[in-house]
Amino acid sequence: MTDATITPVPSPPKTPLTEADPRTKKRNAAEKRFQYYGIAAIAVGLFFLIVLMVSIVRSGLPAFTQAVVSVDFTLTEEQYDEAEAQLFKTAAYQSYFNAVLREELRERGLDVDFDEAAIERILGKTGGTLREFFRANEDQLGQPVSFELSASSRVDGYFKGRVTREALQDSRFLQQSDLDLVDALADAGIVFSALNWNFITGADSGVDNPGGAGIGASVVGSFFMMLVVLFLSLPIGVAASIYLEEFAPQNKFTDLIEVNISNLAAVPSIVFGILGLAVFIQFMHLPQSAPLVGGLVLALMTLPTIIISTRASLKAVPPSIREAALGVGASKMQAVFHHVLPLAMPGILTGTIIGLAQALGETAPLLLIGMVGFVARGYPDGFVAGFTDPNSAMPAQIYTWAARADVSFYEKAWGGIIILLVFLLTMNAIAIILRRRFERRW
Amino acid sequence: MDDQRIIERTTVMKDIKIAATNVNVFYGDTHAIKDVSVGIEDKAVTAFIGPSGCGKSTFLRCLNRMNDTIDIARIEGKIELDGEDIYDKRVDPVQLRAKVGMVFQKPNPFPKSIYDNVAYGPRIHGLSRNKAELDEIVEKSLRRGAIWNEVKDRLDQPGTGLSGGQQQRLCIARAVATEPEVLLMDEPCSALDPIATAQIEELIDDLKQRYSVVIVTHSMQQAARVSQKTAFFHLGDLVEYGETGHIFTNPEDSRTESYITGRIG
Amino acid sequence: MALIFNTVEFFNLYPASEFFTSLSWAPSFSGRGGSSELGLLPLLWGTLYISIVALIVAVPIGLFSAIYLSEYASSNVRSFAKPLLGILAGIPTIVYGLFALLTVGPLLVSVFGDGGWLGVSWQGGGRAVMTAGLVMGIMLIPFVSSLSDDIINAVPQSMRDGSYGLGATKSETIRQVVLPAALPGIAGAILLAASRAIGETMIVVLGAGAAARLSLNPFEAMTTVTAKIVSQLTGDSDFASPEALVAFALGMSLFVITLTLNVIALYIVRKYREQYD
Repeated sequence: MTDATITPVPSPPKTPLTEADPRTKKRNAAEKRFQYYGIAAIAVGLFFLIVLMVSIVRSGLPAFTQAVVSVDFTLTEEQYDEAEAQLFKTAAYQSYFNAVLREELRERGLDVDFDEAAIERILGKTGGTLREFFRANEDQLGQPVSFELSASSRVDGYFKGRVTREALQDSRFLQQSDLDLVDALADAGIVFSALNWNFITGADSGVDNPGGAGIGASVVGSFFMMLVVLFLSLPIGVAASIYLEEFAPQNKFTDLIEVNISNLAAVPSIVFGILGLAVFIQFMHLPQSAPLVGGLVLALMTLPTIIISTRASLKAVPPSIREAALGVGASKMQAVFHHVLPLAMPGILTGTIIGLAQALGETAPLLLIGMVGFVARGYPDGFVAGFTDPNSAMPAQIYTWAARADVSFYEKAWGGIIILLVFLLTMNAIAIILRRRFERRW
Repeated sequence: MDDQRIIERTTVMKDIKIAATNVNVFYGDTHAIKDVSVGIEDKAVTAFIGPSGCGKSTFLRCLNRMNDTIDIARIEGKIELDGEDIYDKRVDPVQLRAKVGMVFQKPNPFPKSIYDNVAYGPRIHGLSRNKAELDEIVEKSLRRGAIWNEVKDRLDQPGTGLSGGQQQRLCIARAVATEPEVLLMDEPCSALDPIATAQIEELIDDLKQRYSVVIVTHSMQQAARVSQKTAFFHLGDLVEYGETGHIFTNPEDSRTESYITGRIG
Repeated sequence: MALIFNTVEFFNLYPASEFFTSLSWAPSFSGRGGSSELGLLPLLWGTLYISIVALIVAVPIGLFSAIYLSEYASSNVRSFAKPLLGILAGIPTIVYGLFALLTVGPLLVSVFGDGGWLGVSWQGGGRAVMTAGLVMGIMLIPFVSSLSDDIINAVPQSMRDGSYGLGATKSETIRQVVLPAALPGIAGAILLAASRAIGETMIVVLGAGAAARLSLNPFEAMTTVTAKIVSQLTGDSDFASPEALVAFALGMSLFVITLTLNVIALYIVRKYREQYD
């Protein structure tokens, strides 16, 4: 026998099964270690998620509040006429206002002295706002009007802890002594933190006015872009999928198209941006910074996502349904449009919403077609103008803020992210609900 | 008198490699194995036969705790290997499976070379101290798997490149390489053609000189050809267990008779 | 098409050999003129360096979480951890960019920077290869993890059974049987992740800096192809100047690189799937 020539390996001393031998112990330790690596990897991933979420919420929430100064102000008609007669009209309004403010403080027993310059540092130039109001509402003259005026961004920062007494260096923006005044005003309940509606509904402000910046206009920009994306990519995507899935012959050519679609889905978004710039702006001369162009570019990017998910849901419809329809004499067209498509609809919608959510968060291509910078100055004038007027979009607006020098804008950028994420979360939640409700098993 | 009875039992136990008593297996709510007791002999081939879904594979997988890998499986009762309860909490299934090897229905060589396939078990169990010893083990195992002559010139080629029958013999060689005491085979020939099947059956006959072999099979002819003992399972019950010749010629239970004469199954 | 047209026009204005081989990137801001040096290599180096850092972060974490989720985790843990990791994939890149710029960058400076915890002063500013790479790695974790998860699940159970039947532990089975079997697929997944990292824009625009340089120090600011495309094409530039047209050439190079990676990766993954079907 051949085996006889082989010297048997001295087998380890026979241990009963109930006792682990040293080697097994070592192996089991390795097993445990390996498992811990896996747990550690997941923990690290989740840790990053938590850090990300915490930093978004912590840095973003302050953007939704704003320190305001609330003052009841009465302007008599004589004062109005007097002020309008002066050369520096807003300065006149401002001095009226300061007088009221001083009176208010004295009434509450706070005797803090301040000069006009300090008020200006805290509140900005108030005269212009007051004049505009009274010129527009002359009937309010002589009646007490309650004003809520936003404090300057540095005072706002002091309220939110971003600006501290120790770190503050006297400058023309804010001085140590001003903070005493702010404290006094806060004690008197004249300055307080209020919900910053302007941030949610307003438009972008200039680089030197972080307090007035709002994301509202760019939300509208994003909305118009999504409309374009939806009305372009959904019909085209669905039509292409139906053709590929139901009608196209299986040959080299359709195979090539299929490979191309999955490759298209992985092309970097910035390349789509360059493409958009070259084709839509340079070649077709569509207006720069317009949601229409942004929508066109994003539609190109969303198309593969929609096609892939549509084809998957068409595939999920069992052939028996097609055969049943064909069997009662329906044409292939009728079978697809009357029977297959309605059954695949929930899947298609889910895919579309997810595609739209991706498009909504996409930034890079928008940078190239000029949707950054100081574009979202105001709301578009009408529905059509919404597509063609220069506007920004949410992610592009966030980028614009992040790229500005004034750190006060960072808070706005984080706040913008919260709003963007709320939109995305809603869209994904709708997609999940749709999927759950219409999920069908054949 | 009591003492004498104990001595009597131990003499019976000597030949029994695996003793299962009152084993019940549940898959979730399904009661897959119902109160099965069986003693499997050493250095012999035991065949489990029965119609599909009768639980014979399930029971086989209990013998080396392969069912542990399935979350919903639950096992009650006692299975002893050489008198040790293999479901004892202190027993490491890894150590157990080194003693109770398994060959599966579909040949499943690893995506490695033929050499590495066979060397896999010895390596993880630390059976060799150097390359020369490992080479010896691989050669010996391939010889026992009756495949050495076919593959000795291409040990570095992937095991997946072999034919179905060769792959299965490679898997048997791989199982033998860890020096098991029991070899479990789950329908080892069902994916093979008749010639490959004949080769494997010959091999099984050879293996019984060293190991206790348990084979699950669909084919009654195969059971009759290779086994000394046969157990007939039906709907989770062990209907009949005994000498193979006895079961096939003179079954005691009417269900066994129906099955081997082809009326059920 | 328009991309090619513009690229050709660029090469008419600027020699192609210099574009591909020049070691420096120094566009002149005067607009027109031959004084600009527009070499691709420093940008490509920055791109690759950041992508490598990203993959070093993402691949082990992604792969190990995929292994844990598909082989060890109970279905409860899986149904809880998988969507949570998925959230990381659904977050827009602008958010990661801001995260890099405002959170990770300053954090790294406080560790590696002047007067930091480690007492070394390796890192000068928040914008660095490390910052962008780390954040990009976080972004890629769910991408790597979900792709590897699919691929590991495609390895047939019979392969695992074979290994368990020989008395291998779970980790031995995974390391020596499942992973080698899944290797081609995982390689494809990593290539796909790499192509993502190379094409990623917002994180590098905000996190990596604008200085094109060939350096090995991961704490230095570097720039990438994508970041330069953005900086060359935003602002009021003249579309006919080489400084603007170079962006199209950069875009073309980027497109070709990522497309090649994708084609190879998809081919590998497809081949792999067929093997076990």
